[in-house]
Amino acid sequence: MIDLLTDFITELRAAGIPVSMVESIDAMEAVRHVDLADRAGLKAALGATLVKNERHYQAFEVAFEVFFAHHRGPVPGEEHSGQGPSPNGSQQAGSGGGESDLDSLLESLFQALFSGDMASMEAAARRAVTEFAGIEPGRPVGGTYYLYRTLRRLDLDALRQRLLDAVLAEVDADDQLDQRLAREDVEAMISRLRRELADEIRRRLVADRGRLSVARTLRQPLVEDLNLMHATRSDLEEIEEVIEPLTRKLAARLARRRRLLRSGRLDFRKTVRRSLASGGVPLDPAFRKARPHRPEVFLLCDISGSMATFARFTLQFTYAMAAHFSRLRTFVFIDTVDEVTRYFGPGIDFGEAIGRIATEAEAVWLDGHSDYGNSFARFEERYGPEISPRTTLIITGDARNNYRPGKPEVLSQIRSRARALYWLNPEPRSYWDSGDSIMGRYEPFCDGVFEVRTLRQLEHFVEQLSLPGHLVGTRQGNPQPQAAPGR
Amino acid sequence: MESPASVAAALTAEGYLPDERIAQVVYLAGRLQKPILVEGPAGVGKTELAKALAKLTGRRLIRLQCYEGLDEAKALYEWNYKKQLLRIQADSDRDWSEIEDDIFAEEFLLTRPLLEAIRSDRPVVLLIDEVDRVEIETEALLLEILSDFQVSIPELGTITANSTPLVVLTSNNTRELSEALKRRCLFLHIAYPEADREKEILLHRVPGITEHLATQIARLVRSIRALDLKKAPSVSETIDWARTLLALSIEHVDEKVVGETLHVLLKYQTDIEKAAKEFATPAASST
Repeated sequence: MIDLLTDFITELRAAGIPVSMVESIDAMEAVRHVDLADRAGLKAALGATLVKNERHYQAFEVAFEVFFAHHRGPVPGEEHSGQGPSPNGSQQAGSGGGESDLDSLLESLFQALFSGDMASMEAAARRAVTEFAGIEPGRPVGGTYYLYRTLRRLDLDALRQRLLDAVLAEVDADDQLDQRLAREDVEAMISRLRRELADEIRRRLVADRGRLSVARTLRQPLVEDLNLMHATRSDLEEIEEVIEPLTRKLAARLARRRRLLRSGRLDFRKTVRRSLASGGVPLDPAFRKARPHRPEVFLLCDISGSMATFARFTLQFTYAMAAHFSRLRTFVFIDTVDEVTRYFGPGIDFGEAIGRIATEAEAVWLDGHSDYGNSFARFEERYGPEISPRTTLIITGDARNNYRPGKPEVLSQIRSRARALYWLNPEPRSYWDSGDSIMGRYEPFCDGVFEVRTLRQLEHFVEQLSLPGHLVGTRQGNPQPQAAPGR
Repeated sequence: MESPASVAAALTAEGYLPDERIAQVVYLAGRLQKPILVEGPAGVGKTELAKALAKLTGRRLIRLQCYEGLDEAKALYEWNYKKQLLRIQADSDRDWSEIEDDIFAEEFLLTRPLLEAIRSDRPVVLLIDEVDRVEIETEALLLEILSDFQVSIPELGTITANSTPLVVLTSNNTRELSEALKRRCLFLHIAYPEADREKEILLHRVPGITEHLATQIARLVRSIRALDLKKAPSVSETIDWARTLLALSIEHVDEKVVGETLHVLLKYQTDIEKAAKEFATPAASST
């Protein structure tokens, strides 16, 4: 058991869940108190001791399912006797399964779902996997392929329709509310069936290839590590949910660090003045308060096609941190630039603001393909005079310029007037300067160029930015002739 | 608390319907003598859990409500300096070194919830409510008590617990708690209940409700929670709603009823409008 748990904890850590030494000891201790045959109990015990963040729970669940997969007894109606999954048998059955089998299976699925009998639904799902998934032993895949194969044969849409008809027949046709609820019930049942199928397939994979290997295939990045550019819809929702707690944590950390940095240089005059009270002995030295460092930030975001999601999160994150900047102005560009600060008033709904930017901002001049050169030129022309030595410029974009003139000299001009210029690029560093990316031509004029593909990296960047003497230590990219402007 | 099942049964008897995960974690907390950190959206019964635990074990509930600016003097202990002053004045003829020993005695100590919890002779349930509201520095106050059930007072030394309290911390997750705090606790996330469980809760908490109405309410609430709302209806609001419907002697919910009573369930005007558009008008019912 200890070996199994150690492996399990190693897997959790590999998936990115921080499990401390103490926590793993707690887990071992907890396991002693639970009935090992009770899977749900074991899961709760391990979950409570090892996972201290709900965001990580899903990754934990996947790993748990893999490591502690349970083997069920045979199901009536299944041709293989003996214990649980038998991959060899299912391979032969893969292409088989006559039409009558399919019909009877669908019928039993329908009956199970209609009556809400979960046990027979699970049994039917197992039969479905045995007959249609055609699992090939030893193939290092994650299971999506098998799921697809099973679903193709089962035709869930037809099943859903049939269920819906049956359920709707029971409710009052005039009662719109009841109908709607019935529809949602059917949806919930279908998704439950899908989940059961996926679980079953995973169980067989584990039996086939061993848990370590399957866990590796199934491992998914945590929300903080999701790639912002390639996030799926459900990923985006998750990211959205964690942005706020993340920024609060960051804000608290910054406030604390700033408090620690509070005392400034000795104020000689004040100290002497105070010393008069104690007969000229400077008992109580006075210090000049360090002025809080609050940079003025100009955000310049590429919002063309693929960059839009990324720009959105950068904006959202930066605005959540707005209290730490003395002023925050936002500009968007595709092939020309427009200021959109006015859409982000206090208490604004962020999604709405983004929607308005997409429709109202004039970021397109010619054809809606990124043109960094022209955008910079227009920016310099319209807003250049407003850049002061207190301004920190942040550009987000992939620097893919569609082979148009990049005009790095304009960027250099802009830089010379600002306090600092940072570039956030959501592409992996190895892609830079390939194809139409001209990152390398802009890089010499930036104080730092960062690969920012995940929330974690974004958080790190914003934290550095709002600290005094920012980014000096962590500068990436080429060293600059001008030293980072300290004070 | 012999097994998770008996915990579940006992909690149910106290009017709190736990799901499997809750029962299991509570059972473990009793076994391992560790605090439980309960996290989840507002109104899913985090505080209720602690109250039910107190009732079930017959222990006293000591509650520390956290807020921004909570400090040692309010959470742990404070010296009763007025009494100390009086004492000094009363003893003005005595030698100072004697008085000094006297005035830092336990009789001048004002105990605050945390200290009270561990000094109690009979075991208590200590509820530290909304721990995410205190600043991250104040969290450190809790660490000693959570891991070792003791408090160090410089003048008196370390006070260890007379009895081990059952500690429940709740958090609405408005910010992330420190790793140090989390490490010392068992973690329990309570989400909104599934429709089935919510129905059971309604049947349990709202006397006189019919099974049909409870089912309908639970399904409707699940469906409302799926909307993109500012504040999704909590379990307590669901219960309020059920009580309202019962008081109006409504036995079957339809669009009209939803439209008229939605304000019990939702507290933001924009949310009410959004839900009303989805559920209260017959035309918008198809998805």
